[in-house]
Order: sequence, then C-alpha cells, then structure tokens
Amino acid sequence: MIFLFLASGLFLGWSLGANDAGNVFGTAVGTGMIKFRKAAIVAGLFVILGATLQGAGATRTLSQLGSVNVLGGAFTVALCAATVVAWMTYKNLPVSTSQAIVGAIIGWCFFTTSPVDYTTLVVIMTSWLTGPVLGAVFAALLYLLMRTYIRKSRVHVIKLDGRIRVGLLVAGAFGAYSLGANNIANVMGVFVNASNYTVQIGNLIIPSEQVLFFAGGLAIAAGILTYSKRVMLTLGKGVLELTPETALVVVLSQALVLFLFSSSALSAFVVRMGLPPIPLVPVSSTQVIVGSLIGIGMVKGVQEIRFKLLGSIFGGWLLTPFFAGGLTFISLYVISNVFEIPVMSRQQAVNAPQDLPVHFHFPAYPMVLWLFLALLVVALFAGGWYFRTAGQGVRSRYPLGQWDGNNGYRPLSGEFLGAEGIPGKAIIKPEPGLSDTNRNAVVKHALHLSDERRFLESMRDSLEQAQREPELQKKNERIQGMLTALHQKMNDSAEIRRFYMELETAIGPLPSKLTAAGSHLTVQEKKLALLLRLGLSSKDIAPLLGISHKSVDIARYRLRKKLDLRKEDNLIQYINTV
Amino acid sequence: MFSSRSNKSIELIDGFFNGVDQSLLIFKEGVKNYLHQNTASFANNLQELAKLEAESDLIRRKIEETLYTQSLMPQLRGDIWRLLEELDNLIDLSKKNLFQFDVENPLIPEELVLDFIKLTQLSLSAAEAVIPAAKSYFNQPAAVSEKIHRVYFYEKETDVFADVVRRKIFKEMPALGLSEKFHLRYFTLHIETISDTAEKVADLLTIMAIKRIV
Repeated sequence: MIFLFLASGLFLGWSLGANDAGNVFGTAVGTGMIKFRKAAIVAGLFVILGATLQGAGATRTLSQLGSVNVLGGAFTVALCAATVVAWMTYKNLPVSTSQAIVGAIIGWCFFTTSPVDYTTLVVIMTSWLTGPVLGAVFAALLYLLMRTYIRKSRVHVIKLDGRIRVGLLVAGAFGAYSLGANNIANVMGVFVNASNYTVQIGNLIIPSEQVLFFAGGLAIAAGILTYSKRVMLTLGKGVLELTPETALVVVLSQALVLFLFSSSALSAFVVRMGLPPIPLVPVSSTQVIVGSLIGIGMVKGVQEIRFKLLGSIFGGWLLTPFFAGGLTFISLYVISNVFEIPVMSRQQAVNAPQDLPVHFHFPAYPMVLWLFLALLVVALFAGGWYFRTAGQGVRSRYPLGQWDGNNGYRPLSGEFLGAEGIPGKAIIKPEPGLSDTNRNAVVKHALHLSDERRFLESMRDSLEQAQREPELQKKNERIQGMLTALHQKMNDSAEIRRFYMELETAIGPLPSKLTAAGSHLTVQEKKLALLLRLGLSSKDIAPLLGISHKSVDIARYRLRKKLDLRKEDNLIQYINTV
Repeated sequence: MFSSRSNKSIELIDGFFNGVDQSLLIFKEGVKNYLHQNTASFANNLQELAKLEAESDLIRRKIEETLYTQSLMPQLRGDIWRLLEELDNLIDLSKKNLFQFDVENPLIPEELVLDFIKLTQLSLSAAEAVIPAAKSYFNQPAAVSEKIHRVYFYEKETDVFADVVRRKIFKEMPALGLSEKFHLRYFTLHIETISDTAEKVADLLTIMAIKRIV
C-alpha cells in the first residue's frame, strides 16, 4: 500500500530527473563533448549519492513548513505538485518543482487547517531570489576566472578541449550530487513525516527517511536514464546553446548554489565562523541557471537583457505555488470526501522535526542578511561593469554585438541567443539572423568599407598635397597619379569578380532554363541577366558592367534577341519567372 | 592517454603548418630559379614541391580523421576542417603554378625578371603572414586580428603591383607579340591567386577567432 502512495512522489522524482538532468549535462551531451550513456550513468549515480547522503537538510526545512503526516495527504500533495509541473511544462510555461511542492504543502495546510510556519515560508521564498542571485555571482566570478585562465595560459585548443571535457564530467557529477541533495526534498519531503518504518538488513537498521531518499534518488536516476536524452539534446543544441567553456561555468555555479543550500556541514561550519547559518532549502536548478546566464551576460557586456521576458519568467515561478496550492486544496477535498482516504492525522509523526539534530528554526534575519550580502556583491559587479564600459559610446553604434575593451568590436556569440527558462524564447535579446553566414557577410562588408574608406582618405590626402603644390608640373604629376589610382580601382577585376560571386550566392545562379535557352550568351550578357534579376535599372547597371547607359540598352536588346523574346514579352519578368 | 593523443594531434597540425610554409618557400625559390634559368635547381624544386604536397595531403587527412573519429572539439572542428582545406589550397596552388612554369615555359623578358620576383615575393608575403595567424588561432585567438592585417596589406600590394606589371607588359613592351603578352598576363594572375587564397584564409580566420574568443 505504501508503494502505491509513494507512486506520486516517485513520478515527481522521475519527471525531475528527466527534466533537470539537462541542466547538468545538457550542453556536454548536446554538443557531443560527453556521450549520453556516460553522462546518464554518472548523473544517476551521483544523484542517488547526493539524495541519500545529504538530502536531509533541505527536507527538514520543507517538513517544517507544513507537516504532512498521513500517506494519503502526502500522496495528494506530491501528485498535485507533479500534475502542475507536467501541465506547465506542457504549456511551455516556466516552472519549478520547488515552487510547486511548496504551494501544494500550503494548500494541504489550508485544507487541514494545520498551521503554516511563516518564518520557514519567508526563508524558502527568499531563497527563490537568493538562488538565482548567488548563481549570477558565482557564474560571473567563475567566468572571469575561466577567461583569465584561457587568455593567460595560451593553452592549445585541443588540450583545452580535453580539459573542458574532464571539467564538464566532474562539474556534472558535482551538479548531479547537489541536485540529488537539494531537490530530493521536493520529491520525498512530504512523505518523511507520513512514513514510520525501518528496514533491517542484517544488523543494519535503516530509518524510513533514508529509504525514502534512496527510493527518490532511484526515481530521479530512472528519469535521467529513460527520458533525459531528448531534453539534453534539445538543451545542448537548441534552447541552451552554450559554448563548452560557458557551459562548464554555468554547471559549476549551479552545483555550488545547490550544494550551498543543502549542506548541513557547510552551514554548521559557517555558524562556527560566527556567521548566520546558511538556510537548507530546496531551490530550483533552472532558476539558478537563469541567474548564472545573466551573471555571465553582465561580465560579457551583453546589454540588451529582456527584462520583460525575465518578468514573465518570475511571474510564472510565482504563479506555480498558487496553481499547486489551489489544485491540492480541491484534490484533498475530493480524496477525503469521495474516496474517504484520510489526508491528515492529529497525532504527531514519529519523525517529528524537533527531534532532529540539525537546527532548522531559521529566524528571518540571517536569510535577509545573506540576501543582502549577495545583492551587495551583484551591485559591486554591476558598478564595476558599468565603470569599465562607461565612456565607450561607440557601443551604441554597433547594435549587432558588443564592444570588447581589448579586442574592439565583436559580434555576440550564440550562447545567449536562446537561453534557459522558456523553450524557444531567449532571456537575452536574440540577434535576428546572426548566423555564421550573416556574420561572415557583416565582417566582409565591414572590411570592404574600411578598405574603401582608406582609399578615399588616401585620395583626400593626395588632393590636399596637390592643392598645396606650388609647381604646376608636380601638381599635374600628382593629379595624374591619382587618376591612375582611380582607374586601377575602377578596373579592379578581383573586386568585380568577388561581387559577381557574392551576387550569385545571394540570388542563386541563373535558372537552368535560361542558361539552356541562352547557352550562346556571352559572359557579359550573363552578368547583365544576373543584375536584371536583382532588379537594377540600366543606369545602375552601367557602372557595374563598365559600359555606358546606352550600351546597357543595346546589350538588353541583344539579350532579348538571343532569348527569342517577342515584342510584348517583358525581359525582366522572363528572367525572373523562367 | 588523452594527453598523448592530443599531443599527437597538435604535432600533426604543427607539421601541416610547417608543410604549408615550406611549400611557399620552395615556390619562391622555384620561380627565382626559373627566372634566372637555373634549370636543374628548378627541376629539383618541382620534385620537392610535388612530394611536399602529397605529404601535406596525407597529414591533412589524418588530422581531419582524428578530429572526427575522436570527437575532438565538436563545436570547432567544422571550422578547423575548412581552415585546413583552405591552407591546403595554398600548397596545391603553389605546386600547380610552378608546374605551369615548367609546362608552358613562358618567355619572360629580362626587364620583367625583377618585377616577377617582386610580384612573387609580395604574393607569398601575404600567404606567409597567414601562417602565424592560423597558428595563433589555436592557442591565442585574441591575437589573430593583430596578425591578420599583414595578409590584407600584402594582398592589396600584390593586386596593385600585378596591375603595374600588366600595364608595363601591354603598354611599354611593343616588341612582345600579343600572344606573349597574354601569356605573361596569365602568369601574373597565377601568382596573384596565392595572395587571393591567403586573403580567403584570413577572412575565415577572422570569423573563427571571433567565435573562439571567450
């Protein structure tokens, strides 16, 4: 019977594994740096380890929020949270398991008129903000470290690839461990107070809490092994298109934040240092990743953060608990009145939270203090970044990219073009059509412009010198030299060749029907056909073919003849329609 | 194990770059030998270049195979593959052009010898400048742009000087027949193609470096 009730929690664990493993190994697998099989095995193992060894801290905080003490109630709470997560995922809305489970527990508290520990609620809710903020701080710091290392070490790209590969595997294992440790509370937290049994293997007596964590870990691992491949590939190649270097930073910062919020030992260590304890609460790995991306964006100088979209993401996260709470309230009514399954017990559960060794009554002020510290670091970062880039007004003239203080203008890399949160939407404004081809074209165009400018500048200088020249003969020589240079420039065959190649790439070669019909067309006539296809007038075509306006008209006439066009046929229409 | 594999790949890439560099030097020597009518040395240059081209092809294929079979740098290998192909084009062009000297045996008047040597040097300077830029892509992508400007400079210089030579051929050498003038013009174009290819590599490297800069 207990396994039947546990099914909803296990389902929640399975879907968490299927979805959140992508946050840990998505880029590594999607970009082919690590094989899925290897990633899934490592993630599965470390999730189970994290859940079993370190899952207690965050679970106790969740139990403190509302002590769901009957299996029927726990089943309903987990089922409603899982349903809301599944529904919102299906609707492409940003969703977090942590928020869903908190909303569901509060729904249970309201239905059963059990007291809600508002202090704990404040702590948990503050962590929803602290998590991404800390993620941004860690990611920004790690990114700066990584960038400095890569630039200073001048390591060969092949060696760097090997190191990043190892780094991604280690960071992924750490991330999976932290994910298990932190998020097991979402999966099994509500069952801890409702279960009261032990499992005996020889002399070893395992309490129900550990068994639940192990089972939840197994469910998450099952989700990773059975269903995360598609998510990982989607994240790696589509939605979360990061370079391996940035992916390493994101995964590491996410792992650090999740570890921070789930390690009792670290919290105790901080207390021994005389600092307020770190609250052990379940935080959303997706939220932390969004924070990390923003942190990296700030360091890289990406300015166009889409605050509207960010607002909708945060809005979605806040809506989740309301949906989950409402659904739980209604479901509990149905379960208790229609199926007559008890959803609460007035007796205190055996695993009462106060018997537990770890301090979990967090007053609100330490949390606020931590948040304040995190915000201070962010403000320092933002200030530093602002002053670093201030005065570079040139940036606004380059809307497609960013101004790098050392290397000048460079276009945006693809990593923020499709970021986390909502599939298909980006947190940082995407650059429409900034594909490799377009970027290539933009750079070529820029280089061409700079060449043209240099040429014009040299002409201007020569003219000024000629103007200042007192001797008439020298003046004439200078002007002659300029005329020669202008003739050379106008007859630059390489440039014209390049233009026709680009033209053919842009509008495609002449249709086969046209080339077949006019197999006797000269090169000049083929060029004319291409330019007409572009929609240029005779006046515009003349300088491009190096002939006069009148000659273009004659060439058009000859082309019509060769193509056997009747008087009433339109040449341009014919060229465009064949 | 991974370290030894990556060291081997790095050695192969460095070896390929050396091959490109060497082929350019041999081409330069070959053109000089042809112009100074050192027939034996020229024949030797031809053989060396043919051998080098075959070896470089082998190395290039080995590198490309390694990149794909060992799944190295999945996000960069497409670009690197293109870079190697373009650099290989430089060797192929050098060989092809030198063989054209041998097969077509163009008549180059005495007064054009120095011009052809200068044209070759300018064109090869563009190609030679692309090699350090390509090397720095692998371990210092931010420095690529600093090195690439030489390529554009020499390419432009080659274009201008080739035009000067062609003008000289057609306007200042009435003693030459039209067919000889055409023939010489083709050889200026052949030499120019090396710097044009170097420019293409430079364009490619610019984009690749932008993508790699963290």
